[in-house]
Amino acid sequence: MSLAEFFAMGGNAFYVWSAYGLAALLIAGEIVAVRSRLRNARQAVREAGGST
Amino acid sequence: MTSINWFRYASPVSFFPAAGSLARVFGVAAAVFAAIGLWLGLGVAPTDAQQGEAYRIIFIHVPAAWMSMFIYAVMAGWAAVSLAMNARLSAMMAQALAPTGALFTAIALVTGSLWGRPAWGTYWAWDARMTSELILLFLYLGYMALRQAIDDPRRADRASAVLALVGVVNLPIIYFSVTWWNTLHQGASVSLTAAPRMAAIMLTAMLVMAFAAWFYAIAVTLTRLRAIILEREKRASWIGELVGAE
Repeated sequence: MSLAEFFAMGGNAFYVWSAYGLAALLIAGEIVAVRSRLRNARQAVREAGGST
Repeated sequence: MTSINWFRYASPVSFFPAAGSLARVFGVAAAVFAAIGLWLGLGVAPTDAQQGEAYRIIFIHVPAAWMSMFIYAVMAGWAAVSLAMNARLSAMMAQALAPTGALFTAIALVTGSLWGRPAWGTYWAWDARMTSELILLFLYLGYMALRQAIDDPRRADRASAVLALVGVVNLPIIYFSVTWWNTLHQGASVSLTAAPRMAAIMLTAMLVMAFAAWFYAIAVTLTRLRAIILEREKRASWIGELVGAE
């Protein structure tokens, strides 16, 4: 199987790659969101610790 | 033989560092399993005789759909523990699971829709399985919205736990929908009681992807749990030391 055939997915490229792409996008978004949430929470604790 | 006092980990202060190391381990495991699963599913598994290449959506669709239901069951379980034992960490666990459950439900719906078009000729139908899965998404979103709406975290714990438990009735409806109603969605490809109705390599790829999804869910949920612990306990004296220690 050639690389072009692989990407063509037997004529269903749009459906297959949209499915994989959207899933990857959603998962990447969650990873970024959860990491920044933890970072912000750490920051808030440091600030709260400084004021008490 | 040394014995571990597991109840020690029922308190946020001792659980916080452990959750960090566990999240790293499961994150790496998820990446390794996803790489193997994608290679098997996209590279090794043969073309399906009936569906051509479009069937390859199954390798994300089915694991995501499994996780959407499994995470809800686990979330409701922690909600029940938090109600019964008034346990703070259990409530935080349920809270941490909801967004990831909603994410997998959304992935199951989107990939199912993209698979439905080439396989059935439609992106969406009000089929029993699809409708009950959509209701699952609304249950997750409702649970998160209810938490958001209540300022006092302990009251939010109780109210959202009740909602999570009521929503459990939807799980058997999703699971058995394909046998109870003869609508569009096909029956189970894999079940505990019958031989799988798919080639061994396809089944292997799907199971490897399911493990990847499971490990990912553990890693991301534990990370979110750590953030929730910090957000909710930020005025406690021990928490400053924890953050400083890392």
